[in-house]
Amino acid sequence: MAILSTPRSAVQLASKGRPLREHLFRIALLASLAIAIAFLAMLIVYVVEEGWPRLDSTLWENQPSIRRPETAGIQSGILGTLWIIGLTALMALPTGILAAIYLEEYADKTKWYNRLIELNISNLAAVPSIVYGILGLGMIARWMQFGFTVMTGALTVSLLVLPIVIISAREAIRAVPPSIREGSLALGATQWQTIYRQVLPASVPGIATGSILALSRAIGEAAPFLMLGAATLVRFNPEGVWSTFTVLPLQIYSFIARPQEEFAILAAAAIVILLAILLLMNSVAIWLRNRYQKRW
Amino acid sequence: MTSGQRRLSAVATAALVVSLAAACGGDAKPTSEGTSSAAAAPGESQGAALSGEVKTDGSSTVAPLTQAASELFGEEQPQVKVPVGSSGTGGGFEKFCNGETDISNASRPIKDEEKAACEAKGIKFAELTVATDALTVVVSKENDWATCLTTDQLKKMWEPAAEGKVKTWKDVDPKFPAEELKLYGPGTDSGTFDYFTDEINGEEGASRKDYSPSENDNDIVTGVFGAKGGLGYFGFTYFEENADKLKAIEIDSGSGCVAPSVEAAQGGKYTPLARPLFVYPSAAAVKRPEVAAFLDYYVANIGTIAKDAKFIPLNPEQEAKLKSDLESLKSQG
Repeated sequence: MAILSTPRSAVQLASKGRPLREHLFRIALLASLAIAIAFLAMLIVYVVEEGWPRLDSTLWENQPSIRRPETAGIQSGILGTLWIIGLTALMALPTGILAAIYLEEYADKTKWYNRLIELNISNLAAVPSIVYGILGLGMIARWMQFGFTVMTGALTVSLLVLPIVIISAREAIRAVPPSIREGSLALGATQWQTIYRQVLPASVPGIATGSILALSRAIGEAAPFLMLGAATLVRFNPEGVWSTFTVLPLQIYSFIARPQEEFAILAAAAIVILLAILLLMNSVAIWLRNRYQKRW
Repeated sequence: MTSGQRRLSAVATAALVVSLAAACGGDAKPTSEGTSSAAAAPGESQGAALSGEVKTDGSSTVAPLTQAASELFGEEQPQVKVPVGSSGTGGGFEKFCNGETDISNASRPIKDEEKAACEAKGIKFAELTVATDALTVVVSKENDWATCLTTDQLKKMWEPAAEGKVKTWKDVDPKFPAEELKLYGPGTDSGTFDYFTDEINGEEGASRKDYSPSENDNDIVTGVFGAKGGLGYFGFTYFEENADKLKAIEIDSGSGCVAPSVEAAQGGKYTPLARPLFVYPSAAAVKRPEVAAFLDYYVANIGTIAKDAKFIPLNPEQEAKLKSDLESLKSQG
């Protein structure tokens, strides 16, 4: 008991009694971190170095070109990716957050069907993205007759990220202490008022972080779009939700298969742009979290 | 506004930022590219400005050719959009016969079952030969023993019976050294694989399985470049771009060794590995003015397009046949 209550003696005891194990544990932790960071750094250094000659304004001002790889751009891919992510955010986030609120605040967890829904959502989060591509092709593109359009792509990707949004939003809502809800209800607020005025604002940082990480996953997907038959060479920007489109990962995929060296450079430059968009989104997540973080 | 509502609206704003960025970007200015070296298209496609979309998909080998056509055509008719997909020859026909695309690119002729699928949906089409490819067999620059291989020797290397047995160059021909034979080739989904196995092994799809397959021809380049006893095959363009790294093998199909080249492929001397490349327009789509204009442009400028996309252009007789094939498609009821 004395050891626990006096920190200094605890440290002394630890450093005397098991210095080696403490050290090894620390080294193991640092090594794990170093491996993760080293690979990321290697990837970034490699693509920036490789893509450096093409990292200029022509990259986003020009459309892709098979005939002039040295001045070809990726404008249609950048805008296609932004359209998809924007529409996905509009469709998947409200649906996902509302579903999470229902599951956390309204659903009776003792009922078998609610537990079944929970189990299935967790399972869906692990389904490979190409399966969503097949679903999108069969159901959205062909059966619903949406064709190979921005809408089809965004709906498919929305289905893909929905389970992740629901799971992360539920975690965030669950992290709000019950005392907040009880206090609100005790003061006469209805359940809806409690959720809207207390629970949701308090869980904003968690929901925002989870949502943006889910969208970040969507941004790097190529497999479902390949399945959906999104064209690889598109020389025009999407003009609406019914436009034909392409996305950056697909363009990168088609560039690296070309024989000319210039396309390898272009692919690297496009990867840098994709990483930059990702980084921007993650920064927004961090900013939102810090801005609205609340401690109890 | 309560503080809770303010917070919520801040989140909503953040979620909208991305979508707004997308929406605002829609009106970006058209690309600034220099004037093209292509000859102006004759006659009909020069007329009124057309609009619409010509959907194309299919072989990734043929895609660059249609892409080059789409780029050049875009300089004449900027309002007509020609997206080019590359789902592979088979994947392209699946969509084409489902009525989802207007033109299908193919690196092999349409198969009977694909024809049946098209017929079932009432889709009529024509087969247009638009360029020639010379499948090129490559070895490492360090390989100083093989300059010419007969089709029989190639079969000995690639036939299913060679699996696990033909391991060194000596197994192919006793005159060759006992260097390990490392084989690289396209994956089984590729039209290139279908063509090569059909011509060399005598049966489409029949190949030994213990080789390194890749959907990306650049991997074959890297593989053969790094192995003294390596051998691989792919389209002529990939050899041209990597001629400093690899050596092309001359092919002897019974009438002497022929090196892969533009002239040999055009003149029909590079047998059996020179192959035609196709586009399949649907008869219904050709009735739409934008599709007709695109095809007219494609066919009229086929030489420039092939050169630009680094394909082997058609010879004059083939070009004449292409033109008459397109005319007869257009005159179809």
